[in-house]
Amino acid sequence: MEQRFDIAVIGGGVVGLAVLRRFAMAGLKCVLLERGSDILSGASKGNSALLHTGFDAPPKSLELRCMKAGYAEYLRIRQKLYLPLIESTAIVVAWDDAELAALPAIVEKAHKNGIADVRAISQTELRLKEPELAKLALGGVLVPGEHIIDAWSAPLAYAHQALAHGATILRNAEVTDGEFAGDEWTLASGQGKITAHVVINAAGNFGDLVEAMARPSPFAIKPRKGQFVVFDKPAHKLLRAIILPVPTARTKGVVLFRTAFGNLAIGPTAEDQDEREIAACDQDTLRRLRLRASVMVPALAKVDVSATYAGLRPASDRKDYIIEALRDRNWITVGGIRSTGLTAALGIADYASQLYAKNFGKLPKKPAEQVWTPVPNLSEGRIRPYMMGGEILCHCEHVTRGEIEAALAGPLPAGDMGGLKRRTRAMMGRCQGFYCSAHIADISKGHFDGKP
Amino acid sequence: MESHDVIIIGGGPTGLSAARRLSDLGIRDVVVLEREAVAGGIPRHCGHLGFGWQSHRRLWSGPRFAAELRKAATGLDVRTAATVLELVKDGHLRTQTPAGLAEMKARHILIATGTRETPRSARLVGGSRPQGVMNTGALQQHVYLHHNKPFERPVIIGSELVSFSALLTCRHLGIRPVAMLEENPRISAQRPGDLIARFVLGVPVRTSTKLVAIEGRKNVEAVEVEHRGKRERIACDGVIFTGLFRPETALFPAGLPSEKFSISGNAVGPLKTSGECWLQGVAAAEGIARKLT
Ligand SMILES: Cc1cc2nc3c(=O)[nH]c(=O)nc-3n(C[C@H](O)[C@H](O)[C@H](O)COP(=O)(O)OP(=O)(O)OC[C@H]3O[C@@H](n4cnc5c(N)ncnc54)[C@H](O)[C@@H]3O)c2cc1C
Ligand SMILES: Cc1cc2nc3c(=O)[nH]c(=O)nc-3n(C[C@H](O)[C@H](O)[C@H](O)COP(=O)(O)OP(=O)(O)OC[C@H]3O[C@@H](n4cnc5c(N)ncnc54)[C@H](O)[C@@H]3O)c2cc1C
Repeated sequence: MEQRFDIAVIGGGVVGLAVLRRFAMAGLKCVLLERGSDILSGASKGNSALLHTGFDAPPKSLELRCMKAGYAEYLRIRQKLYLPLIESTAIVVAWDDAELAALPAIVEKAHKNGIADVRAISQTELRLKEPELAKLALGGVLVPGEHIIDAWSAPLAYAHQALAHGATILRNAEVTDGEFAGDEWTLASGQGKITAHVVINAAGNFGDLVEAMARPSPFAIKPRKGQFVVFDKPAHKLLRAIILPVPTARTKGVVLFRTAFGNLAIGPTAEDQDEREIAACDQDTLRRLRLRASVMVPALAKVDVSATYAGLRPASDRKDYIIEALRDRNWITVGGIRSTGLTAALGIADYASQLYAKNFGKLPKKPAEQVWTPVPNLSEGRIRPYMMGGEILCHCEHVTRGEIEAALAGPLPAGDMGGLKRRTRAMMGRCQGFYCSAHIADISKGHFDGKP
Repeated sequence: MESHDVIIIGGGPTGLSAARRLSDLGIRDVVVLEREAVAGGIPRHCGHLGFGWQSHRRLWSGPRFAAELRKAATGLDVRTAATVLELVKDGHLRTQTPAGLAEMKARHILIATGTRETPRSARLVGGSRPQGVMNTGALQQHVYLHHNKPFERPVIIGSELVSFSALLTCRHLGIRPVAMLEENPRISAQRPGDLIARFVLGVPVRTSTKLVAIEGRKNVEAVEVEHRGKRERIACDGVIFTGLFRPETALFPAGLPSEKFSISGNAVGPLKTSGECWLQGVAAAEGIARKLT
């Protein structure tokens, strides 16, 4: 492919896709280059899928600003894209006296961050709200605006809406080199040479390596792994709120939360590593997580584990997001979007478009006709395709043949088995493909480059 | 609402034999709800011999046995692609079929949903999550139903009878397992399983060897194992988790709603053979018939 674009986005995670959407909808000619065989091959494939208010974000940070903007825009557009929202609220729970003493500061910080409805609750109110929570819980802070979404519908919707506005998404397109010649970048990618006026680096855990094409990277990525244990469906009814721990400086800590798919999960851990791609689980940690969950909610001791996974946060040596424009290099850096990127993505995209306008010229007027591309629903609590009929192939998650076939077709078909799972939930339930994986592999034969 | 004398959930050996027996005993208003496109249960994809003795005094392969059970059910109301989603209340069910959702009820409901193996996740095995990790059940479907070779040299985890059936399944398509790993000091299956593995199929059985983690980016590249406190890496391109059966009880996590429901076959208790399940189906039918007449 030898083509010239206004914008080339490097990285097809939730951030890159939101950025692509923003610029494509503004009328620019955009391309996105992703090294994986499908979008969401990096940090964005495995997170907690919580929509954060920013109540505990560093005050005045760029992160907080983007989270608040992203949160607001998600709520504004979600119906038009048919994105889920499970209104759950969160409770920061204190398990000992020291934590109890830390609660007032959490409320104060939340108010400072503009989240006015955050308030402390007593042990009595906590027990009333969450009767299954262990009696050890001493009190908490209620954060009504924290909600549950799913990790994959939103980025997929951003991708589809970008495509509908003329953007190009190239997968198996690792950018290996870039050359800047005065007014234009030429990128060498797995899909050939791409030229673009402005390059946006949204390469997640590879952000500093990609940055080196434009300048010596001013930040270093320090991937931070988070492991999760997912409990089977009967666990879902044991909790309503997201149960947060009292945070430390390093991490928001291990959270107990319902998922949009009708499960209950615990995670993530926070483990620094050098490896940028593989997020491996280890048995001891998984066991500890499982145990910890049943200490918090004793009834969980009797529920089976249905899945385990891990994700890698693109953390950096900086405390905040790094989003800046290099005016004389036609380059926008979007780096170190560590643990809040799903929430903040739309806000980050908007911020990037402001940087563009300031540095590289006015954005064309938004086209009057905007196309909305609703995505298939993956969440419980709303109509799912099997309810309308069809042949169920994945019995644990109730995924139909029609959903599988649709995910293998269209403008952005699943590029690998992981992509198919993320588009449909197939094989992600308690049996992990015992009943359906061979059948689904057969249906998807020839659709992926690798083995079935 | 559709209403019947008996609804049987699951059209495996247990459900099909119970349906046949009920009809023979004069209880004709019986419906079998089977969520797969074809009835027959697990034997549909057990390509090796060893089926049919207790029920028919014949020695058949699993698929042949399943076909015979379907033949014996000719004329009965066996509905495929019919999933039971929920036991709603006393004698009521919520179902899904290609036509959509529905509720059904019956005077008695027999649950014959079978058993499956424990997957990697519930065993809390560490490592990355590449392609090529599966249970015996999925492997059998790959090999016998879709003639698909998911890997060339996997390791087999476990040494129950079904682990040897995984070995036979591999052999069917020329897949050569590099080892069979058993955590305990001895293999779980009775002899001559290990001898067959070692001498007939050429696969080393390694006891006291525990799987620690799976390695690989896209596909499996190796497993890390622990043997007497020492860690070791075994190169392979797949992992087959065998056995550790767990009854498929997703419909009633908190127990049966009432005495209008009963369970039979491998959906209850320790693992039984297809023949024993078939006999249990017969016995369950006789019990239900006594209750209803
Ligand atoms: C355990 C965990 C829990 C989290 N929980 C939440 C949460 O509850 N709520 C929330 O809002 N956020 C959460 N996050 C954060 C969120 O997942 C991340 O902030 C977000 O996914 C980062 O997205 P990204 O697009 O910047 O990075 P990525 O998703 O990593 O995307 C970068 C992409 O760039 C590609 N790439 C890299 N190099 C190149 C190259 N040279 N050429 C082409 N492509 C390249 C990669 O393959 C990758 O797909 C969590 C993260 C983790 C890990
Ligand atoms: C991998 C594996 C290998 C085995 N190999 C052998 C062997 O070699 N020899 C042997 O004798 N035994 C073997 N067994 C034991 C096997 O369980 C029995 O042979 C026999 O199949 C049990 O019969 P069943 O009818 O109780 O269950 P199954 O055969 O499992 O049938 C249950 C049926 O119920 C259906 N069902 C489940 N839930 C629902 C629902 N909600 N709605 C509608 N339908 C539903 C399923 O689709 C399935 O068809 C094996 C088992 C496994 C898992």
